[in-house]
Amino acid sequence: MKEKLVLIGNGMAGVRTLEELRKLAPEKYDITVFGDEPYGNYNRIMLSPVLAGDKTIDQIMINDRQWYIDNGITLHAGKKITHINRVKRQLETAEGEVFDYDRLLLATGSRPFMLPLPGRDLPGVISFRDIADVDTMLETAKSHKKAVVIGGGLLGLEAANGLMIQGMEVTVVHIADVLMNQQLDKPASDLMLHELEAKGLNFLMSHETAAIEGKKRVEKVVFKNGTEIDTDLVVMAVGIRPNIELAQSAGIHCERGIVVDDTMQTFDPKVYAVGECVQHRGSTFGLVAPLFEQAKVCANHLAQMGIARYVSSITSTKLKVTGIDLFSAGNFIGDESTEDLVFKDAARHIYKKLVIQDDKLIGAVLYGDTVDGAWYFQLMRDGTDVSSIRENMLFGQHHIGDSGHGATNSVDGLPDDAEICGCNGVCKGDIVKAISKHSLFTLDEVKSHTKASASCGSCTGLVEQLLASTLGSDFNDTPSKKPMCGCTSMSHGEVKNAIKEQSLKTISDLMVALEWKNADGCHSCRPALNYYLLSTWPDYQDDPQSRFINERVHANIQKDGTYSVVPRIWGGVTNANELRAIADISDKYKVPTVKITGGQRIDLLGVKKDDLPKMWADLSEAGFVSGHAYGKSLRTVKTCVGSEWCRFGTQDSTGLGIKVEKMTWGSWTPHKFKIAVSGCPRNCAEATIKDFGIVCVDSGYELHVGGNGGIKVRATDFLCKVATEEEAMEYCAAFMQLYREDAHYLERTAPWIERVGLKSVQAKVVDDHDNRKVLAQRFYASQEKSQDDPWAEHAAKQRENYIPIKQVG
Amino acid sequence: MQNWTEVGPVESVPQKGSRVMTTPDGDVAIFRTSGDEVFALFDQCPHKKGPLSQGIVYDKRVACPLHNWVIDLSSGEATGPDEGCTRSFDTKVEDGLIYIAL
Repeated sequence: MKEKLVLIGNGMAGVRTLEELRKLAPEKYDITVFGDEPYGNYNRIMLSPVLAGDKTIDQIMINDRQWYIDNGITLHAGKKITHINRVKRQLETAEGEVFDYDRLLLATGSRPFMLPLPGRDLPGVISFRDIADVDTMLETAKSHKKAVVIGGGLLGLEAANGLMIQGMEVTVVHIADVLMNQQLDKPASDLMLHELEAKGLNFLMSHETAAIEGKKRVEKVVFKNGTEIDTDLVVMAVGIRPNIELAQSAGIHCERGIVVDDTMQTFDPKVYAVGECVQHRGSTFGLVAPLFEQAKVCANHLAQMGIARYVSSITSTKLKVTGIDLFSAGNFIGDESTEDLVFKDAARHIYKKLVIQDDKLIGAVLYGDTVDGAWYFQLMRDGTDVSSIRENMLFGQHHIGDSGHGATNSVDGLPDDAEICGCNGVCKGDIVKAISKHSLFTLDEVKSHTKASASCGSCTGLVEQLLASTLGSDFNDTPSKKPMCGCTSMSHGEVKNAIKEQSLKTISDLMVALEWKNADGCHSCRPALNYYLLSTWPDYQDDPQSRFINERVHANIQKDGTYSVVPRIWGGVTNANELRAIADISDKYKVPTVKITGGQRIDLLGVKKDDLPKMWADLSEAGFVSGHAYGKSLRTVKTCVGSEWCRFGTQDSTGLGIKVEKMTWGSWTPHKFKIAVSGCPRNCAEATIKDFGIVCVDSGYELHVGGNGGIKVRATDFLCKVATEEEAMEYCAAFMQLYREDAHYLERTAPWIERVGLKSVQAKVVDDHDNRKVLAQRFYASQEKSQDDPWAEHAAKQRENYIPIKQVG
Repeated sequence: MQNWTEVGPVESVPQKGSRVMTTPDGDVAIFRTSGDEVFALFDQCPHKKGPLSQGIVYDKRVACPLHNWVIDLSSGEATGPDEGCTRSFDTKVEDGLIYIAL
């Protein structure tokens, strides 16, 4: 007999928990759901668009009744549980029906706080919380003219906006002098107030309501300062209170909310709680993102996997109130120990404030220009040392070295046919439609449904903005941590730590120990795990089946299934004999295209897979080794001719480049790694857009790190200057090793440095001499095993992997 | 009555891997899962004809090497929100030898 799980509260948090549970343990429980409202589960966040007439109720349903039937879940919509008997583990409804449970999940949510004013029971005085409220507002707007919204918070403003669109004359009454005082400071609020007034809303700031008056229905609102205003409708939006009466009456420990621990368990171990009704470590919740995190954790424990913990993190509010862009996160007010960076341009309606404490960003308010919200939020969560970017950070991410196309336009202003994802040709309208039609909540869901941002990822910021603005109000799409992939809830960092702490030596051991959801993993996590094991344990046996095809066959797959072959040409310096050999080999294998690459190599394109080992054997004989143009590894060291030929050259950049390439080739890294050496500050080898760049000067060598061309051009950060070639090489080895050990798989040096901060890299590679030597030693040690040419080896021993198993006909 | 063609020993296809069999009608990818089940698909992704034999194999699925469409090995259908299907072939293993019904 299956255990009985009962969910009280048919809202977003509770049902999300059931969905998560279904993924983990679909057969574990007999599930019954009780909900007050006579509907399936709908997206409460979307009530504002329904009020504004942009959406219908059907469009905001997440799970209709059929979903419950399809998943074998019994739904009692409209039945109210009035009593919990924890001793007998029974529930009682208002009608006296009795239900048993083995485990109980409380997701009773919250309800709007109604000010205890005289007249609050008059017809025409409502809250803004559920479908019934919206219906009342829509009905009232048809027959009446004036409305008052009490509360200038997020919900109040959305209600006011919706009523105005429905044709009512709306006045917002707010007790403080700052609108949305949970999210905004005074200057931002003032800007917003002016814009909303221009749209036609009226405001009574610093007004405290004294009474609501009327005979048959509401007629006017009276304030403490003696003034009054006529109205036909009063919407109270002054905050929410967790619904805890049911839990309280059953003797479950409650304070402001139902108190839960990090596993979402209440005082009674058989009873869990999630959502707006809970209180976790002193906090209650009103945004969606934390609720979804709680749902995940709770499902994990209901499935008796027992490894998840809920950790509340900084939440950001990125919202669209009536076409106005706002972003706020963290501690945006500040105190004596913090410093503010402020930008204000009232004519353009832009205000930005960043709050910094101990060289770290701890809070942000953006008004009017929110494109960098996600970036600031990332800096806050990562605790990045921002001292090196402080000068320009207020102007946004593209002012600190990035000049790519990134998120330079606010998506809201774009037409529906504007192309968002250039790789897959996905337009804004497609994305918005998919989000609404399929009720998408996360970036990953948008990726899989539309393919937007599923390729190069440069439009990720734009897609996240679209998600936020389409879902509206208090949606927050950035989870507190990003799981590696769908196979686990652990992040890259957690998996890396576990590999070391638990001495996990193989992919299969790791998947068992860390309770991977799919026994084989997937195409996303396996290459990452293979890399982490490879870079942690020197004796790890590489798993070719967990390598992307390019690394498995040491060549780059092309669109027609042929491959390209790039022999290594040290420092980009070749000679007539080598060129002759390449020419002969190209003839022999009928290479259709020969192309000079950006990294000063020769690319032989259109080679059939069966020819690869034969071609490699020939190249090997001519003295070539693999160029690793296919790998997450050292690609090329690009050089200029330097002091040997150039009249401006200050050092032998070509010679140094060749030495660096001989030292670093064959190394596996989290993502591709490019190096260049320029012979003078004219920088013809473009060293300042490489992962590691050396610019020779008369007195020595300037070392630069963290640059890249590509999607978002980023110029390097200056690491330090050294006097000798030997030092330049040691710093290079140490930097590369630190990157290999510290970065996440598929994270290039640029985002890695932006995540951890240049200072932390300098501290480990420049300031700490002993540490630099230790890092460099580890690099040299791992290189001893990495510099056997894979081409020669595969040509000699693994030919069968390149030829058909059988030929028929 | 199915016409079985012998392909070769199971061990000659790597676990969680694939080998190609050439036929006059085009390449066929022979897959072997971690549980030693054998499947065969026409070696073209329904999306942009990528060679599925070169993809990463997990469970009973393969991720196309060109754009990461994930194809079900037994049905040849694209999984998730992607839509498309490639031809699948019946296979059997007898005495350690793989046979395919072309």
